[in-house]
Amino acid sequence: MPDPLQTLEPVTGVGLPALKNEMMLPAVLDPWAGHALYEAANLAKKVPGSKVYLVSLGQKAKLQQVMMTIAQKVSFELVAIDGPASGFTDAHEVAPALAAAIMAIPGIDKSRLLLFGGWESASRGAGATMQILGEILGITDQFEGVDEITVQDDGSFQVLERVEGGKHQVSTCAGTPAVLGWATGNLGEPRNDPQVGMANMRTVMPALQRAKPAKVAAEGVLYGRVELPKQQRNTRIVKDMPADQIAREIIEWISQK
Amino acid sequence: METILFVTSTEADGTLNRHALEALGTAVDTAVSLPGSPLVVGLFGEKIEAAANSIANCGAVRFLGVEGAEFTQARYATDAAALEMLCRASKATLVIAPATSRMARVIAGVSHRLNGRIDTHVNAIATSNDQVAITRWFYRQRMFSELTRTQRPWLLSVDSGCHTAYQGESQNVDIELLPIVLGSDHLRTKVAGFKAPSADQQTIRPDADLLFVTGAGWTKKQKDGQTHPKEAEQLILGFLRETKASLGGSKSLVDMSGEGEQVLQFMSHLNQVGQTGATPRHPKGLSTCCHGEEPHVVGWRFIRERRAVNLDPNCGWARGKADVLYVADAFEVVAKVNALLAEKHSTVNA
Repeated sequence: MPDPLQTLEPVTGVGLPALKNEMMLPAVLDPWAGHALYEAANLAKKVPGSKVYLVSLGQKAKLQQVMMTIAQKVSFELVAIDGPASGFTDAHEVAPALAAAIMAIPGIDKSRLLLFGGWESASRGAGATMQILGEILGITDQFEGVDEITVQDDGSFQVLERVEGGKHQVSTCAGTPAVLGWATGNLGEPRNDPQVGMANMRTVMPALQRAKPAKVAAEGVLYGRVELPKQQRNTRIVKDMPADQIAREIIEWISQK
Repeated sequence: METILFVTSTEADGTLNRHALEALGTAVDTAVSLPGSPLVVGLFGEKIEAAANSIANCGAVRFLGVEGAEFTQARYATDAAALEMLCRASKATLVIAPATSRMARVIAGVSHRLNGRIDTHVNAIATSNDQVAITRWFYRQRMFSELTRTQRPWLLSVDSGCHTAYQGESQNVDIELLPIVLGSDHLRTKVAGFKAPSADQQTIRPDADLLFVTGAGWTKKQKDGQTHPKEAEQLILGFLRETKASLGGSKSLVDMSGEGEQVLQFMSHLNQVGQTGATPRHPKGLSTCCHGEEPHVVGWRFIRERRAVNLDPNCGWARGKADVLYVADAFEVVAKVNALLAEKHSTVNA
């Protein structure tokens, strides 16, 4: 997705709204998807025989750009799908494209699958793709807003999901397969490791060359005008007021109903 | 003409929470604005009678329910089965639900089962000439659009704080309970409970009147050239204790806390507001020591009245975004606020 730290301005696109200079904007791995990837890699290290596949939908050139950033972080095998990574596409079209790519992975055993992804994207923020993807793959143990997974010796695992009021719901699942839509998790961003990068890049470039185009849009959706919020407040700037007086003013303001 | 289903889970005590009542308010208004469109209520949970009775006069023509011990727990497999059954039985073309964590976990998956479509985080539903349109934000509250869809059923989960909560007289209603057969596959996941910080460490309060946003400035060197993380921690927790505010933090601050630095140990990623954090809705917001431009400022997009305390009069977080910017030292101001409030509270208690 376009780096969220950039200025994002909507424009009328072909069929769907788009972002101004979208192709020029630097691309990043969606933040929550990134957390999911790091958690997957961390788990795979602890469970022998595990392998991490990164299934990613985006325009080829942008995917290549993203891989330059994340390939040095953790080990994975890329499965690339060539298509738009816009916030205006529909999860009901994105999920089947991802599902087809997953099912085409040679030797994949769905019964032993832990499907990790971001609980929402930073583009559309719908929180829908992972659920639909799980449904397509027939996985009905699903968790959203996940911050922690702890795998037990018997293959069961405990999951902490975010719920209202800053709490976590604690669940135990009998075992794979399961869908986990990750929030931030508990891991920091891994440091760059050139050796991991070199190993990943051996499979990244062929994967990008093999990337199949996916027709992903938003059929049946009619967008009105996409707008930036225009709200500009006339900020009253208060300088040289003693802290005591500011405190009284703040208290009075807080107390007003 | 649509058939509108308002659907939600009940709370552990069998009632409906405020967010659910807000979504019901939206559903009622939508039904009224689309003549000839019946409203159906669908509830699921361990017990649903009290909840159904509490909204008896909302104008619904049918009350459907899925009830049982298996639906006490917020679990994807059982919740999705219940939701699917309620949607099918109602023959709804438009399904409106609150975007609670429980409903948000399943509603998109169920839309796939129904061969329908989903839109989440809906802020408003408007009707015109029998057409339904919704408003939602894109790119993490950076831009918004109205959109409509041709496909049905169209499932919508509505954000909190976007509509007044439904209020009405209670009355006994006839509930059509739907039988549902669950297999062992539905029960592979068991909810063990909830993990929450202890009461005095609980800093996220969604119903608070005030959001207190803290930025990385709290951890920077102060006038004496030293950092004062312990003092910052005491001041912030003191402010929360005196005001009952909810605590938000900038990404840089929660990242530092997550990395185990000696700063604000009570701060976690759950507190994060902004581009990659939450965008909570509170009537008022006070930010302190926050810096940043548009990507970060989205953290208080939905705060109605905003004030900021910052040493930089040109701070992008505040200028043009806040109603009032106090150019002052947050350490001094918050200490004064805490002292004055403590004094006020002790006087009241005496």
